[in-house]
Amino acid sequence: MSEDVTLSNISMDFGKFRAVDKVDITIKAGEFFSFLGPSGCGKTTILRLISGFMDPTQGKVLIGGKDMTGTRPNERPTALIFQNLALFPLMPIWENIAFGLEVRGVDKATRRAKAEELLKLVDLHESADKKVSQLSGGQKQRVAIARALAVEPKVMLLDEPLSALDLKLRQHMRAELRAIQKRTGVTFIYITHDQGEALAMSDRVGVMSQGVLQQVATPNEIYNQPSNGFVASFVGENNIFDGKIKSIKAGEATYDTSVGSFAAKIGPGVTKDTPVRLYVRPEHCTLTKAAAKSGNSIPVEVTESAFEGNFINVFLKDNAGQTHMAQVQNDPTAPPPQRGAKVQMNFDADHGVLLAHAKTRS
Amino acid sequence: MNSHRFGYYAIRFYVILFLAFMLLPLIVMGGAAFNDTRFPSIYPWFGFTTHWFQELWADNRMWGAARNTVFVAIAVVALSVPIGTAGAILLNSLQARSRSIIYGIMVAPILTPGAVIGISTLLFWYKFNVPAGLHLSVLGQVSYIAAYVMLLVLARLQSFDAGLEEAALDLGASHAQVMRRILLPHLYPAIFAGALIGFFQSAENFNVTLFTRGNSDTLTVYVGSKIRSGITPTINALAFLLIAATVIGVIIYEFRRRRADAMAKLAED
Amino acid sequence: MSELIRRYGSSLTWIIIAFTAFWLLVLVLIPNFVLFEFSFKPYLPVDQLGGPKDFYSLNNYWTFFNSPIHIRIFFQTVLYSSAVTLLCLILSYPLAYFLAKIVDAKTAPSIFLLLIIPLWVSEILRSFAWFIILAFNGPLNAMLQGIGLEPVRWISGFNAVIIGLIYSYLLFMLLPIYNAISSLDTNQIEASEDLGASLWRTHWRVVIPHSKPGIASGCVMVFMLCAGSVIVPSTLASPSSRWFTEIIQQWMFEGLDWNTGAAYAFLLLTLCIIFVSLVMRLLNVRLVDIAK
Ligand SMILES: Nc1ncnc2c1ncn2[C@@H]1O[C@H](COP(=O)(O)OP(=O)(O)O)[C@@H](O)[C@H]1O
Ligand SMILES: [Mg+2]
Repeated sequence: MSEDVTLSNISMDFGKFRAVDKVDITIKAGEFFSFLGPSGCGKTTILRLISGFMDPTQGKVLIGGKDMTGTRPNERPTALIFQNLALFPLMPIWENIAFGLEVRGVDKATRRAKAEELLKLVDLHESADKKVSQLSGGQKQRVAIARALAVEPKVMLLDEPLSALDLKLRQHMRAELRAIQKRTGVTFIYITHDQGEALAMSDRVGVMSQGVLQQVATPNEIYNQPSNGFVASFVGENNIFDGKIKSIKAGEATYDTSVGSFAAKIGPGVTKDTPVRLYVRPEHCTLTKAAAKSGNSIPVEVTESAFEGNFINVFLKDNAGQTHMAQVQNDPTAPPPQRGAKVQMNFDADHGVLLAHAKTRS
Repeated sequence: MNSHRFGYYAIRFYVILFLAFMLLPLIVMGGAAFNDTRFPSIYPWFGFTTHWFQELWADNRMWGAARNTVFVAIAVVALSVPIGTAGAILLNSLQARSRSIIYGIMVAPILTPGAVIGISTLLFWYKFNVPAGLHLSVLGQVSYIAAYVMLLVLARLQSFDAGLEEAALDLGASHAQVMRRILLPHLYPAIFAGALIGFFQSAENFNVTLFTRGNSDTLTVYVGSKIRSGITPTINALAFLLIAATVIGVIIYEFRRRRADAMAKLAED
Repeated sequence: MSELIRRYGSSLTWIIIAFTAFWLLVLVLIPNFVLFEFSFKPYLPVDQLGGPKDFYSLNNYWTFFNSPIHIRIFFQTVLYSSAVTLLCLILSYPLAYFLAKIVDAKTAPSIFLLLIIPLWVSEILRSFAWFIILAFNGPLNAMLQGIGLEPVRWISGFNAVIIGLIYSYLLFMLLPIYNAISSLDTNQIEASEDLGASLWRTHWRVVIPHSKPGIASGCVMVFMLCAGSVIVPSTLASPSSRWFTEIIQQWMFEGLDWNTGAAYAFLLLTLCIIFVSLVMRLLNVRLVDIAK
């Protein structure tokens, strides 16, 4: 029903340009896996390598343990949902869905029945004979998924399928996609530059930058234990301090910066000589009049605050002119400090982490 | 009357003159088909007759030539459409430099005088001992009519999303199935237009045919020889029939267009 | 090529390439090359082909350059073809502009439909129509006499040929210019008028520059059709107005000297190539813009 996918140390070069660099990972059968990264980092290229539209310059793609080298897209057990969906505009909906069966020589009555069944699965009961242009964005989305499912793929590949939808629909479709994946049990490999999507839907996420896989972990780990500076700042917000490690003792380091010295955890693989930055999430920062007794504390000035409803983002400037942000709960009985106020920004040593820079192309 | 209003009437007057210039000659020519005189004219008027139509009906050489015209045109379409379509698909996949060179060679026949195409075709096949005849007319006409098909298909290809081909391949279609089910259906409007234009271009061709035809006639060549040797109003009778067919076609087309417009309006409301 | 194989597989790619190669090599390039080669060979009876007299020379071209009559006819053809091209341009431009920008979108197609009727009636019948109209005892002179004017001997000199050529090829000028002007954003015209430009200035600085590709396309087409026209001159020319294509026909059909005919055809082709390059240079357009 579903298969695992192994990318065995694959690289892809376009001329001199390396779009994917030594990506090595196994995606488990039945897993919902996301590749997350900024535009141009090589996500689509990875999907095209898996679906067989390109062959990697180096390395191998294995599906269900079988080497796919030389196997053409129409022979692989994968189905790709294109970034722009690529529905066939000249065919009615049901022919779109049954196209994969048609080219396999399935007779018309069976095709039609299968199309109807899939339309039910994606909640589009009455649309079999409509034209593609008569559907809304979300409906087209579901047709594309039904069309891919019709060929009973072992692996579904989805290339930013929600990016063209508006916010409301996007959030609705997240839940829908997740439900369809659970219902069918097919391995989903999902691509997005939207961290919210990746974190909300996936069993595991692989974060990419410039063709290099930075970290593979569960959404929780990605957010709470980023493995390097790129992951930390791409996923969620961070206050960043530049400085140098002074000493490391029992997993905790002393970090010197131009605005003071901090105590912080050390990230994976960090030693005393690793170039690192200090990362602190805004929701872990508190603001007080006087310096806190324990933990880290620096003097800052409030420059701006943005009301977001259940919380408030307070923008701050430290003595070196660096901007930071503290996220505080909205509590009408205890309003946040006003613009111009001079306050202390505090965080625990446990919430600051020293992370190395992004992994780069070797 | 200010200058703006003057411009308004001047340009409309001009349009009417222009239309008269384009259409009156056809009326004169059609009218002469009914004048009872050996030399075709509408003035002076010698009385109404349908004699020239009867003579046209009895003109067996004319009918043979008409049949040849249709055969040649069908053959030209049958060759030009696949050739022009293949040319457009090939061109579309080429990169900038080779693309502009091949494009230049493809459109060159459109910009070449028909006489040159006719003579070069004649001489080329003469080298291989292929005698002149309508088969050479077909090949000569294909050389430039295929270019028209190519241009139409190429324009249509611009609006094609190559992602659809990949989607079909990904769903398991073979290359032939991709061509038949995805690419060609998208190109059909251009292909039909090309076939239509090709048919009429071929039927109307004179220059290429003149030099390649050998001893066979097509309608245009036959009319040409009649105009040189013995003008009779049977030519006008033929012209009248052609004009009448065109006008009927135009009226039907216009009627359907207006109705489609009205339907679209209704659908909007 | 690798792109084609990736998209359509190798067998379809070979079919596509085979069709295109047949077209470009067998129907276009090699025949023109053979024409070129023929034009340097002497005209010989069959039994002397390959014999001692069968060698390349410029003799066929000397025939042309040593014949003042042929040279004069060649230049008259160039001159009158250019004149017709210019007249077509002047006559078409206002109408093209009117159809593209002034008349409402509902009537424009109807006017077009009327204009295109003559195109469906073959070129030969179109010139024949003028043969009837321009005859000395024909309807045009009758009309002139009716309003008290002298009848004109139309079919003498190049008068009738020019009228016939304009009538036959006017639409080949109108359509590309219309297409070019249609693609101009009407706001640009309004902006120019709004900035105080006169009507002439708006056309000279905004509309005409934008429609250059259409003008180029129309000019190239009309010139080529005129210079290469066989029908119109043979229907409407008088003994004093001969056309270059008539000389080519003489060599091909009466002289049966295909080699000299080839040389003359090649001169005609060269003329058209020169005209195309000249237009491209003058109007600064590319071939892609012309052939659309
Ligand atoms: N066919 C190609 N030829 C050359 N460069 C390409 C090609 N496809 C992608 N690239 C380049 O590879 C990089 C990664 O592209 P892509 O995988 O599409 O990124 P993403 O999907 O993450 O936005 C980009 O810089 C892109 O320009
Ligand atoms: Mg992408």
